[in-house]
Amino acid sequence: MVDAPTTQPAVVGDSASEPRGAETTAWSRFVESDVLYSFTRSPVTVTAAAVTAIFILSAVFAPLVAPHNPFDLASIDLMDSNLPPMWLEGGDPRFILGTDDQGRGILSTIIFGSRISLLIGFASVVLATVLGVGLGLLSGFVGGVVDAFIMRVAEIQLSFPVILTALLIDGVIRGVLNVEKSGELAYWILILSIGISNWVQFARTVRGSTLVERNKEYVQAAQVIGINPTLIVLRHILPNVMGPVLVIATIQLAVAILSEATLSFLGVGMPPTEPSLGTLIQIGNDYLFSGEWWMVIFPGIALAILVLAVNLLGDWLRDALNPKLR
Amino acid sequence: MLAFIIRRMIQSVVVMFFVALLAFAMFRFVGDPVHQMVGIETSLEEREELRVKLGLRDPIIVQFGRFVGNAATLDFGISYQHQRPVSEMIKERMPATLELSLISALFSLLVGVPMGVYTGLHRQGVLSKVFMTASLIGISLPTFLIGILLIYVFAVILGWLPSFGRGVVVDLGGWRTGLLTTEGLKALIMPAITLGLFQLTLIMRLVRAEMLEVLRTDYIKFARARGLTNRAVNFGHALKNTLVPVITITGLQLGSIIAFAIITETVFQWPGMGLMFLQAIQNVDIPIMAAYLIMIAFFFVAINLVVDMLYYVVDPRLRVDASKAHGHG
Repeated sequence: MVDAPTTQPAVVGDSASEPRGAETTAWSRFVESDVLYSFTRSPVTVTAAAVTAIFILSAVFAPLVAPHNPFDLASIDLMDSNLPPMWLEGGDPRFILGTDDQGRGILSTIIFGSRISLLIGFASVVLATVLGVGLGLLSGFVGGVVDAFIMRVAEIQLSFPVILTALLIDGVIRGVLNVEKSGELAYWILILSIGISNWVQFARTVRGSTLVERNKEYVQAAQVIGINPTLIVLRHILPNVMGPVLVIATIQLAVAILSEATLSFLGVGMPPTEPSLGTLIQIGNDYLFSGEWWMVIFPGIALAILVLAVNLLGDWLRDALNPKLR
Repeated sequence: MLAFIIRRMIQSVVVMFFVALLAFAMFRFVGDPVHQMVGIETSLEEREELRVKLGLRDPIIVQFGRFVGNAATLDFGISYQHQRPVSEMIKERMPATLELSLISALFSLLVGVPMGVYTGLHRQGVLSKVFMTASLIGISLPTFLIGILLIYVFAVILGWLPSFGRGVVVDLGGWRTGLLTTEGLKALIMPAITLGLFQLTLIMRLVRAEMLEVLRTDYIKFARARGLTNRAVNFGHALKNTLVPVITITGLQLGSIIAFAIITETVFQWPGMGLMFLQAIQNVDIPIMAAYLIMIAFFFVAINLVVDMLYYVVDPRLRVDASKAHGHG
């Protein structure tokens, strides 16, 4: 795997001043790894990583970064609504990218919106990972009927597009809860429906590698000395099957962000009071015909750039960690 | 061959069974069907009577059997919201979705294959790089955003094309088509492009990869050595051999096109099944959701089955492999 020290000549990038002793610390192994080498050699990847980092940082520190707080009703003035970007006629220098129908600055809503998008994206990928890795381990280690059942379900689900599954789960949850969703509940419904619709990739990959690991000697040795099977799976097999999971998780993050945006755009995601990027596009779409293009174009560009950056990162990670998958 | 077909048929039936079970569970346990049908002033006795009449007091197995029987005869119950038979509503809206899906599949095939061939033949060409970059951006742009951009440019700014609806439709014995009028065709252009763009990039990349693979093989080298023209080699020998996977993928993608039509239909207010399904989700209209789920599943299963069989017929290697390594397919 990647973390093994390599014989490849060390890459000395920005870490030239790093003391390089005989001992291999985690840091020095990281600096000398193939992964970092291929990273620094690919300008596209560095750019994608930088863009992703900017998105994540501005999402985390949204209240500090954003010029206004779109949720703070006191700071919103309806007189400011529908203002164009500041370089156009009628623009207001307080609102760089213009304002929406409620007088919220577009730049601020984008920053807070990508915060919501990223939050739901990460949370649903975590859910999908836990579900998928868990079921994959179970399927691969136990085998038999359990395996056959889980894999059949996975196959059936895989034959439907993710967005359709997510829509259905979303509909069913809302039917079961029988409530108008608002605020906090919307987060959970989205995370659940996107998370559940994305577990299959993880499960299939993990099952495959579990089948390989299960027959290796260290597992047999552990079984011989009588270690609890649960412990064997969690302590010994799990760490050895996690490599590809990281790659899938990155790619799935892009899928999850897109799914969330699509659901919100379709009107079954985040409500307009707590807009994600998809909701912003949906709101802006209503104003497209009156020529107020900035309400939809800017959130759209933000979404496209974010997804593209994450996609590029995922592609690179896949190639760097496992050239065979190329 | 027969064994293969039978095995695939059984698999399809199992899938449909599970989907039907899911749809039934949704129908039966999400919300209360009686509650949705009656008004507030209905007494408890009347409700109970309705329950018995609808068969909701029968054993679950019996109910499920009835559900499957009804679904097989295309009876999906009555929409909570519209108070009309679901099958009637689907029949009205199916032509719109099918026309849109077929036209966008054709579009993606007719544009995607030539682009794929070109990028495969001229790997280093400037145009190829443009195509490849564009396809990467195309994958990252969500469908609805592409639709919105098209509307803004061609409907709002230029005013060339209508931004919503199907234009003028002609009724052909229950099948209302927009393909026979200019307005209908004009209204179809943007939705078809929006829906087909993703498949287009997929087909283009697939054809390119297959072309690169095939062009490396010995029989292509031999064909060149025989002095055949580039045209004969590229199209007669290479392209022909890339088409099997392309046909497969296009077939399989037809199912997802119909599913993705939900988004396109919402953007363009296209009166198809997808829009109906979405409205059903927003209003928790379970009969429509269940019917849509079953229909889409049926489409997918049927397409998968046909494609698998076609594959088997078209590619002789599969038959040899299957008989050699039995059970590993």
